[in-house]
Amino acid sequence: MPSEKFLEGIYYVQGRDFVDAGVVSSDIKRALKEKGIPESVIRRVAVITFEAEVNIISYADQGTIQLFVEPGAVTVEAVDIGQGIPDIELALQEGYSTADDSIREMGFGAGMGLANIRKYSDVFTLTSEPGNGTHLTSVVKLDGK
Amino acid sequence: MTLETLVEQLDLKCKCCWEKLKAIEVNGGYAGDLLSDVMANSQAGNIWVTRQVHVNIVAVASLKEHAAIVIVQGANPEKETIERATREGIPILVSDLPEFQLVGRIYQLIGNG
Ligand SMILES: Nc1ncnc2c1ncn2[C@@H]1O[C@H](COP(=O)(O)OP(=O)(O)O)[C@@H](O)[C@H]1O
Ligand SMILES: [Mg+2]
Repeated sequence: MPSEKFLEGIYYVQGRDFVDAGVVSSDIKRALKEKGIPESVIRRVAVITFEAEVNIISYADQGTIQLFVEPGAVTVEAVDIGQGIPDIELALQEGYSTADDSIREMGFGAGMGLANIRKYSDVFTLTSEPGNGTHLTSVVKLDGK
Repeated sequence: MTLETLVEQLDLKCKCCWEKLKAIEVNGGYAGDLLSDVMANSQAGNIWVTRQVHVNIVAVASLKEHAAIVIVQGANPEKETIERATREGIPILVSDLPEFQLVGRIYQLIGNG
């Protein structure tokens, strides 16, 4: 029997809006708490959504983060319109970053975001069309890592 | 150890959420200025030592459920940072010490938690 994936929420993220970085991740965290999702899962999803949110803010024009909850898993889908990622393998390498000085001054741009999303996910996919945008999917299983 | 005791012992300036210091237990600490590093490696209940002052530190501390943020070297948190921290209930503390010394003193008091 196919498991049903319920859309729990769609959250809008505006590019370059660093002041609000983390607001969407906090909303998602609150939604998962209200659903009674286990703390350990919420902690992992918080890292994933924060990094995805900051990447949209840092490198894209705008995007959305969609949250799906199904009986055994939480799925996060971050979709944006923007410059995209020309070399996914390179972008996933820890330490690789194209962040400029203004981004680094705020403590972002360590080049660990995508690597950490992958590390905290049970299923991870990242695709991008340079010039158009980026699509990241991360699944955290309730009985996962 | 409670935050209140830590604040007294280390002579920290409290910028917001005074009323919470008594009730918050500190269970260890984490030091770092790279937000991705702190997101990935710090634990809930940690006191977070940093020299970042931008409003984004509040989002990180709140998502990670840190006990408090301590800003080192007497740096002044931005107005936005204090406002957001007040809303989120994250105490912002300031120490005049450089990061290395402050972390050493916290470690002497609470070990690793
Ligand atoms: N949504 C995105 N759109 C365009 N480029 C991105 C996006 N996410 C990540 N990147 C690229 O991948 C690099 C690595 O990302 P990440 O691992 O999160 O580290 P950081 O954000 O600290 O640079 C970024 O510097 C950027 O060049
Ligand atoms: Mg990033």
